[in-house]
Amino acid sequence: MSGCTTPATCSASPATDSDEEALLRMNSATVRNLLVRGMLAGLAAGLAALVVAYFLGEPRVDEAIAFEEAHAHEHGGEELVTRTLQSTAGLSTGVLVYGVAFGGIAALAYCFALGRIGRFGPRASALLLAGAGLLAVYVVPFLKYPANPPAVGNPDTLDQRTTLYFLMVVLSVLLAVGTVILGKRLAPRLGNWNATVAAAGSFVLVVGLAYAFLPSYNEAPAEFPATLLWQYRLAALAVQATLWTAFGLVFGLLAERLLTPRTEPRTATAAPATPVPN
Amino acid sequence: MAQSVAQPTTSTTAVPAKLPIGATAPWAVFFGVLMLVLLYFVGAEQGATSLVSGEGVHEWVHDARHLLGFPCH
Repeated sequence: MSGCTTPATCSASPATDSDEEALLRMNSATVRNLLVRGMLAGLAAGLAALVVAYFLGEPRVDEAIAFEEAHAHEHGGEELVTRTLQSTAGLSTGVLVYGVAFGGIAALAYCFALGRIGRFGPRASALLLAGAGLLAVYVVPFLKYPANPPAVGNPDTLDQRTTLYFLMVVLSVLLAVGTVILGKRLAPRLGNWNATVAAAGSFVLVVGLAYAFLPSYNEAPAEFPATLLWQYRLAALAVQATLWTAFGLVFGLLAERLLTPRTEPRTATAAPATPVPN
Repeated sequence: MAQSVAQPTTSTTAVPAKLPIGATAPWAVFFGVLMLVLLYFVGAEQGATSLVSGEGVHEWVHDARHLLGFPCH
């Protein structure tokens, strides 16, 4: 980098030390700005996912609870939180916090991935990262341990199921990161296409082995409607697909706006801001 | 049309500069952990493990936990 932000500091500092410091500060500010934009994009994505969860998911949850109550053995006791609150304010809290949290994590992953995953611009990188996030964080664990509505799932196995679910998420994310690194290593020897196919193939192979060796839990009651279970799981998948797609699109837009001006020659900061045509 | 085949690509397709690992790492460690704590409270608190006594947190995020795919009960 040869650019100096202000002429005064440039002429006054012959040492490269302050240049490096300034560069580090500038890069750190970029990371912070991307993190903030990631959390905002996550919030927006959470709102989109909330609409899907409320209109596609909640009717199925209600049906499952109606089934649960019709078949309950010892249900009872007062409700701590009413169904109305659970399906509105409670649902919003959970989905929005989830969106912001994954938005922040994805933005930090984006800082590592930017410029290191091939010839992709800011927007394409964001959408690719979101797609990888959907796959690694949700779809791969979901195919082994799918989302269950109320009335499905034995409380006695909750501890094992929770542990295995989180294990599956961590394993899947680590494997996805490993796959990207493997693909990059193979690319000089095999070419981009073959390296990508080989790395993706190894990902599928290892995930398949994990599926085969980890225990499964099929705990739907025999009388539970198969159609309802299918619809519920499709709705859960739709919530996540909406969340990650919306995140990729919104964050890509915000990241591009942040990153693109940096490649163009900077005008003096004292000059009035010129509108950037979009 | 304004575009022609031989026209050089615009700046939007340029590969962005890498951010040094050292600039990202402190943010990633601190905020990564913070975000994971948030996810824990949405996804698992008062289920298999419990830091806060009672069932208030679990009941409040009950529907979100089900629809986001976490094991709930």
